[in-house]
Amino acid sequence: MISNSQLVNKYFRHNKKFPHIWCPGCGIGTILGNMLRAIDALALDKNDIAFVSGIGCTGRAPVYVDFNTLHTTHGRALPFATGLKLARPELKVLVATGDGDATAIGGNHLIHACRRNIDITTIIFNNYIYGMTGGQYSPTTPHGDKASTCKLGNIERPFNISQLVEAAGATFVGRTTSYHTLQLQNIIKKAILHKGFSVVEVITHCPTTYGRINKKGNAVDMLKWQKEVAIDKSRADKMEPKELEGKIVTGILIEKQLPEFCEQYDNIIEAAQNLKNSKPGGSK
Amino acid sequence: MNKKSSYQLMQGNEAAAEGALAAGVSFFAGYPITPSTEIAEILADRLPANGGKFIQMEDEIGSIAAIIGASIGGCKALTATSGPGFSLMQENLGFACLAEIPLVIVNVMRGGPSTGMPTSPSQGDVMQARWGTHGDHPIIVLTPSSVEEAFHYTVKAVNFAEKYRNPVIVLMDEVIGHMRARVSLPPESMVERVNRVQPNMPPEWYLPYERSATGVAPMASFGDGYRYHVTGLVHDAKGFPTANPNESRDNIRGLFTKIERGFRELCIVDYEQMDDAEHAIVAYGCMVLSARSALEQLRSSGRKVGLIKLGTLWPFPRFALEHYLPQLKTILVPELNMGQIYREVLRVNAGKAVIEKLNRVNGTIITPNEIVKTVKGMTR
Amino acid sequence: MSQTRIEIRLAGSGGQGLITAGIILAEAAIFDNKNVVQSQSYGPEARGGASRAEIIIADGPIFFPKATWVDIFLAMSQKACDQYSFDIKTGGVFIVDTTYVRQIPTSSAMAIPITSATRDKFGTELFSNIVALGIICETCGVVSAKALRAAISNRVPDGTEKINLQAFNFGQGLAKETIKNNNGVEAEVIEADT
Repeated sequence: MISNSQLVNKYFRHNKKFPHIWCPGCGIGTILGNMLRAIDALALDKNDIAFVSGIGCTGRAPVYVDFNTLHTTHGRALPFATGLKLARPELKVLVATGDGDATAIGGNHLIHACRRNIDITTIIFNNYIYGMTGGQYSPTTPHGDKASTCKLGNIERPFNISQLVEAAGATFVGRTTSYHTLQLQNIIKKAILHKGFSVVEVITHCPTTYGRINKKGNAVDMLKWQKEVAIDKSRADKMEPKELEGKIVTGILIEKQLPEFCEQYDNIIEAAQNLKNSKPGGSK
Repeated sequence: MNKKSSYQLMQGNEAAAEGALAAGVSFFAGYPITPSTEIAEILADRLPANGGKFIQMEDEIGSIAAIIGASIGGCKALTATSGPGFSLMQENLGFACLAEIPLVIVNVMRGGPSTGMPTSPSQGDVMQARWGTHGDHPIIVLTPSSVEEAFHYTVKAVNFAEKYRNPVIVLMDEVIGHMRARVSLPPESMVERVNRVQPNMPPEWYLPYERSATGVAPMASFGDGYRYHVTGLVHDAKGFPTANPNESRDNIRGLFTKIERGFRELCIVDYEQMDDAEHAIVAYGCMVLSARSALEQLRSSGRKVGLIKLGTLWPFPRFALEHYLPQLKTILVPELNMGQIYREVLRVNAGKAVIEKLNRVNGTIITPNEIVKTVKGMTR
Repeated sequence: MSQTRIEIRLAGSGGQGLITAGIILAEAAIFDNKNVVQSQSYGPEARGGASRAEIIIADGPIFFPKATWVDIFLAMSQKACDQYSFDIKTGGVFIVDTTYVRQIPTSSAMAIPITSATRDKFGTELFSNIVALGIICETCGVVSAKALRAAISNRVPDGTEKINLQAFNFGQGLAKETIKNNNGVEAEVIEADT
């Protein structure tokens, strides 16, 4: 396996001014690092990778890494990535997006990307909060939890992202946490190899806002919580719903093969060209 | 056409779609909206037949996002929309301005604000096209006033977008978009195609936002070996976010500089019977059609009236007016809005001639007779 | 405005095919080497209520694209007849489909039961618009029958060219018959635009 210094040398941008913008203890770097390890394990060419993000703490991930990187507007990483992928189907397109970016402002794009089954790997960094703007509640903030815009407790019910994308038609859904790094690498690898729209939901921690406001302790305490609540799908499948209350099922939740968008579009091109050639006089 | 003739019957929207194809557009993303939908329908058929790509997105925000993505992938990309959809596109239009992504938006204007009058003509989006997205930014806006121009201006829009690495808006009104007319289009081989400048240095030397002597930086496509960063944040020459005041200034000023350098080329203006004119009608889009008809009547009654036809609205071709101001007593600006270009004309005129506006916002167009009457009143 | 400018308005209900007829007429004008501009009412209006297509034909350039002083008017519904017959030129050609138009505003109108005649002849109303083109062609001669036949063949769905051309011929026949019966009776147009 690649060492940390090799990883830094190979994938980080040497001409980029560091340090990064993330707070001490943030889980985003862990997820980004394991994404790089997954890419390295797959021996992908850096020129063939496009890494696209939206806005927020997660949105800043692409700038540090040496791929074709695109930092878009809030919630819109997926439609940018869709256009790019369709224009350059040979690229491996990865999207990094936060819970607010993906499921609030970009929620419509998320469900339609799932439905379209375009070959893009979307990693959703779910830390239950809007971190960059200072800790406002997001669509995944648990009911009753607090945030700077719901100091008396969140009265909205949260999205379960993995269930949402499954229902919307994603053909690969994996979930893990920033504690389970080996599983994280493994799921990202499989998601990249999957032909079709793949979603990896990563439960992570924001000690600065969500952790502080909800008295969840420091980053280590929050990682320990991730370890405690995670339960692998193979075990969860044998358990009663009651036993699973308060748990987060991890692993590959959905994996199925359905026609991929760009490949189907190639068929459309072929059909349209045949139609054109069969009508030498031009169509009406 | 089964009859051999260089002329054919074509709708304005259809001509815009043909122009896109002739200019080499290979990617379209859009969302259905009246009165622009024909453009999407035609390109959905024609693009794949030419090896291009079409995608119908979930909304107009996604549509412009997708064409930005495709343009970064190296495609000439275009979308078409109308009022409400154009409003939704504004944020990502700003992204394309700052990140300097070539793209074209055809906005077939309808009555507004809001849902307004979806099937009726209007020219209400002139200022929105200029200032719709937030922050200081330059923009290029062309406005065809015939079906043939819908073709030619769409070609020009694609070419300008590529040359200047800037979004270009084709601001068409519903009259031009839906009108069918006899047109004669040039064969594809006769249509000029401009391609963006791409880097030819080794990738490790490439600075994606370092402007060449032209004021425009070469643009690499993702996947071509030049790994770089594109962001909507103010950035340095490497494309990385910056808060350094000097680098920020260079970024924003640079956007304006390239458009200022191209000002003469970007300004398309035609003059009709202006040589001896003492009175001018400044018109664009469908108002040119009414104005020409009025001009014929006014000239036959002995009035020295000419027409300044604006093909470019932004940057505003102020020299077109400045050149004729010394000889002009009056200027009339007929518009299907409350007077958006009128204000620009006032600004450039700076008190020299008498300027009047003729406005209509009821979903019908100003007739030649109304223009004749108004000009006669002004020239009495 | 150009001396040769001829303004034609086809009005009826959405679904009667008048916009298609307008496009065919415009294309035929091009085949006759004339200049042409065609426009239409659009949107919900074209799908249900009164709908209209306008065609301006001229030898020279056409500036203003809308009809202002109509030379040839076809009304295929009462509403369209009421709404769009106001600006017909004195002495202009006024054709009404009496299948739907019961109150004819002028005795100079050429009254033909276009839709019901089409239904009787072809078993469907589908070709009423093409029958109407045959009538217009025979009555006004603004575009040649040859050009119209070519435009019809070009614009109707594949495989329906023959029956559409039959409908066109039928329309010409209807017009001839009507002209013969009217025997040159002329009346003044009661609507006038000043």
